[in-house]
Amino acid sequence: MERQGTRAYDKLIFEISSPGRIAYSLPDSDVPERPLGELLPREQLRAKPAELPEVSEFDIVRHYSRLSQMNYGVDTHFYPLGSCTMKYNPKINEDMARLAGFGRLHPMTPAASAQGALQLMYDLGLALAEISGMDAVSLQPAAGAQGELSGVLMIRAYHRSRGEKRTKVLIPDSAHGTNPASTALAGYEVIEVKSDAEGAVDLGDLERHLGPDVAAFMITVPNTLGNFEPRVVEIAELCHAKGAQVYMDGANLNAILGITRPGDLGFDVCHFNLHKTFTTPHGGGGPGSGPVGIKAHLEPFLPTPVIVKQDDTYGFDWKRPKSIGKLQAFWGNFGMLVRAYTYIRTMGADGLRRVSENAVLNANYIMKRLEAHYDVAAPGPCMHECVLSARRQKKLGVTAMDVAKRLLDLGFYAPSTYFPMIVEEALMIEPTETESKETLDAFCDAMIQIARETETDPRVIHAAPLTTPVRRLDQTRAAREPALRWSRPAGP
Amino acid sequence: MRYLPTTPREQKDMLATIGVSSIEDLLVRVPAKARLSRPLALPPALAEMDLVRHLRAMAAKNADADSTVCFLGAGSYDHDTPSPINHLVLRGEFFTAYTPYQPEASQGTLRTIYEYQTMIAELYGMDVANASMYDGASSLAEAALMAHAVTGRTDFVLARGVNPLYRRVVATYVDGPGLKLREAAAPDGIADPDAVRKLVGGKTAAVIVQSPNFYGCLENVRALAEIAHAAGALLIVAADPINLGVLEAPGNLGADIVVGEGQGLGVPMSFGGPNLGVFAARKELVRRIPGRLVGATVDLEGARGFVLTLQTREQHIRRAKATSNICTNVALCALMATIYLSTVGKQGLVRVGALSTAKAHYAAERLTKIPGVSLRFPAPFFKEFLLKLPKSPERVVAKLAKQGILAGVPLRDHDRTLRDCLLVAVTEKRTREEIDRFVLALEQAVA
Amino acid sequence: MSSIPSDLRYTREHEWAKQEGSRVRVGITAYAQEQLGDVVFVELPKVGTKLTAHKTFGVVESVKAVSDLFAPISGEIVEINADLPNTPQLVNQDPYGRGWMLVVAPSSAGDWDQLLTAEQYEQFLSESGH
Repeated sequence: MERQGTRAYDKLIFEISSPGRIAYSLPDSDVPERPLGELLPREQLRAKPAELPEVSEFDIVRHYSRLSQMNYGVDTHFYPLGSCTMKYNPKINEDMARLAGFGRLHPMTPAASAQGALQLMYDLGLALAEISGMDAVSLQPAAGAQGELSGVLMIRAYHRSRGEKRTKVLIPDSAHGTNPASTALAGYEVIEVKSDAEGAVDLGDLERHLGPDVAAFMITVPNTLGNFEPRVVEIAELCHAKGAQVYMDGANLNAILGITRPGDLGFDVCHFNLHKTFTTPHGGGGPGSGPVGIKAHLEPFLPTPVIVKQDDTYGFDWKRPKSIGKLQAFWGNFGMLVRAYTYIRTMGADGLRRVSENAVLNANYIMKRLEAHYDVAAPGPCMHECVLSARRQKKLGVTAMDVAKRLLDLGFYAPSTYFPMIVEEALMIEPTETESKETLDAFCDAMIQIARETETDPRVIHAAPLTTPVRRLDQTRAAREPALRWSRPAGP
Repeated sequence: MRYLPTTPREQKDMLATIGVSSIEDLLVRVPAKARLSRPLALPPALAEMDLVRHLRAMAAKNADADSTVCFLGAGSYDHDTPSPINHLVLRGEFFTAYTPYQPEASQGTLRTIYEYQTMIAELYGMDVANASMYDGASSLAEAALMAHAVTGRTDFVLARGVNPLYRRVVATYVDGPGLKLREAAAPDGIADPDAVRKLVGGKTAAVIVQSPNFYGCLENVRALAEIAHAAGALLIVAADPINLGVLEAPGNLGADIVVGEGQGLGVPMSFGGPNLGVFAARKELVRRIPGRLVGATVDLEGARGFVLTLQTREQHIRRAKATSNICTNVALCALMATIYLSTVGKQGLVRVGALSTAKAHYAAERLTKIPGVSLRFPAPFFKEFLLKLPKSPERVVAKLAKQGILAGVPLRDHDRTLRDCLLVAVTEKRTREEIDRFVLALEQAVA
Repeated sequence: MSSIPSDLRYTREHEWAKQEGSRVRVGITAYAQEQLGDVVFVELPKVGTKLTAHKTFGVVESVKAVSDLFAPISGEIVEINADLPNTPQLVNQDPYGRGWMLVVAPSSAGDWDQLLTAEQYEQFLSESGH
């Protein structure tokens, strides 16, 4: 089988460059200009100009427009990527983030001249604290993984402040990879806790590991199998009884808005992924935003500066001697905070609760429609996502990856595959609340078609994708002979 | 509820298919004792036109760089943003995609990152750039951790001229593994090589320097590279890529890892984030690089294609042993930078740097003619410089803000020894008329 | 079932060891390379490095997996396979031959007897559900 459709565009910007072409105009200098060699040490001046493209403005617009068409995005395709909450990104968020008073505001503007921005951050912090049942929120972490790092560092600072030496953090084997990575970065030894057959924490194993040297237990709720951890309150109590803190990875917060709150479940820390639950765009892989919420006993350790309100004036509080320090240069991914704030104000309390209800409904609907055709990793009802296994299909030679590739040909982006690692041939499907029943039905029909093709005509699955700009790519070659930058082919 | 398409009737059909009678039946696993029994206490939902009014009012309280004349720098700069950037990044196919896990349906993002990696490696004089990090400060911190992993050593010599906000971030990141920072003073605005030599030893993983540094001054990078290498340590340089049309690539001055803040390359200042963390290294170090990397390969028909590669370094595979905990990059900001660099092009980037330098030097000359105002440091500077003022910088700044001029950054919160100083940045966007107005206003303010 | 040459000894982490006079050659088993898939990178220590039995000495990577390498015996590395950096696929193509990794000068004779025989390794694979 061959690739279908018109010949794909195959240029890089460097390959449409033509010496002397320009896309940019600058005014003539209106100040006296002396040669750079008189102002700066000559040995610090660039000897050879950087080889950047020489193209026209229209070249650029067409090139990047065409490249964009090689992507699937939420705006164009159903994107059921589990654990990533690929919901609709409202357009009004973009308009608000681009208001000059926000988008063109310098971070070092004196606080007195940035009251609106500080107010937005302060109020967003309050809203996130209410949504999570936490006492305080830092908006500084740039993404979920940085939220994790700050949370774990606060836990470490807390134990230290009490003169306790705890060296281990417990994490379930079903966790996102960032959990152990962030924890190790914070200087802890990571101990893996087993999950039971349904993906819940194996309480026996947890208790076995929960010694006086354990600083924290870190868990995703709902868990990565899409199920609400049934004994989460008991788990938190168990940890607290042993002096350990409890951290909630908030990646799956979209399932529980207004239904339950991490703070009420007993968690001491949780982070938010504004690019998941709160509709800031995923941007092809960031920028994200990963605020972290904490209970009162951890407040002294918050990253600096903390945004404070006194009378009706907002400002930065830098004088926090117990703080863990800073995570990024400035105050947080403010542009993302404007979008998240806009979204929360659009939805209100009732709207947010309906977000989660619909997200849960959609995931259960998909699970029900597909349960006769694929194995279900854990029995339902699920929360906002469901995990299927293609182990039945694998016996016929079709893997989860094959299913994913075939979906691309049928007009859908793929679910997350091979995660969580405890499920064989995992297909993790998160529809989100913003998809309509027609879309869910079309996706289920496609999945059922693939299950049928597995039995009748797997060739079309193995050949997939045939409709994308390229077919399956040679990952082995990419890793064995890394080619990480373009270079001009040797010319005549 | 305009973002929720499912009608009550559709909801009923779906519940019937699932075989339950209400959504509550799907939530049975959430323990009753932890259920929220009241509505969230949030401000009421607003219709779009009310919401816009509300946010416009908040935005109007901020002195942004459109309604004022901005001389602020310290890691974020008011450089020009060519129009196509915003139009192109808002294309939903870029904007609403995610990390290219399925490369066949993500070639647009992968190609733009490959172009970005190429441009950054070229500007920095490095072999390999990654797909980007959160911001300049966290890039620098990750570079320090990488140097520790490469050398197995535990100490760093950190030049005082490195942005104090960055120094705080580095301190946060190296605290986990228990690494040590030793500070090299900058009595004349730049690190003194002899002082650095005394601090470097067998435990030094890297010498860390920024050039132009926080004060705008050019460090003697070549000399620092020799000192670091003689001790078996790496040299990490933080450099703003927008300056490198004019300034020599740090790679050509001996750097092993080069990082920086790429915000100036078409990314909105946006009150300090999201920014663009730039990260590049020599190829011998590629397997220790944090973050995502895009590589070229072929598909099964032999057509060129691009994929995320060398992923075994990363947290989703190596977990606790990963080179970093970073999961995303800042793909959209990297795209802005790629379009920016394509737009200004080979000639334009040189002009942006030359104009910024010329205007900064013009401003410095005029400002230092004001009685009592002088340059704090003698070292050559690029587009940013430190003024010593005869009056409280905070008060001067407040006074000028009332006249629509953001005069600069007072340093008291960041370095008490410089509490009488004002950090002033001048980009290619500032006009002579604006600079002259600033000079006049400052003259009156300190008189 | 993957090939398990009878003249070699094995670890439970799937390394093989071969006695060559006073030296021991080390690699990973056919089973191990099959599990990994296409090997793209092998990281080995330098000649002269001292190994401790059961401790890690390097890593072998495929596109989507990383596996630690464990020393079958204690000793000093006297030779490494210089072809592996550029042609890691040798580990897949010829795991017991050109895909070898190290030659070690053993420091403790007792280590060898602790290793599994081919028969024991085969039994270990079948018992652990491999």
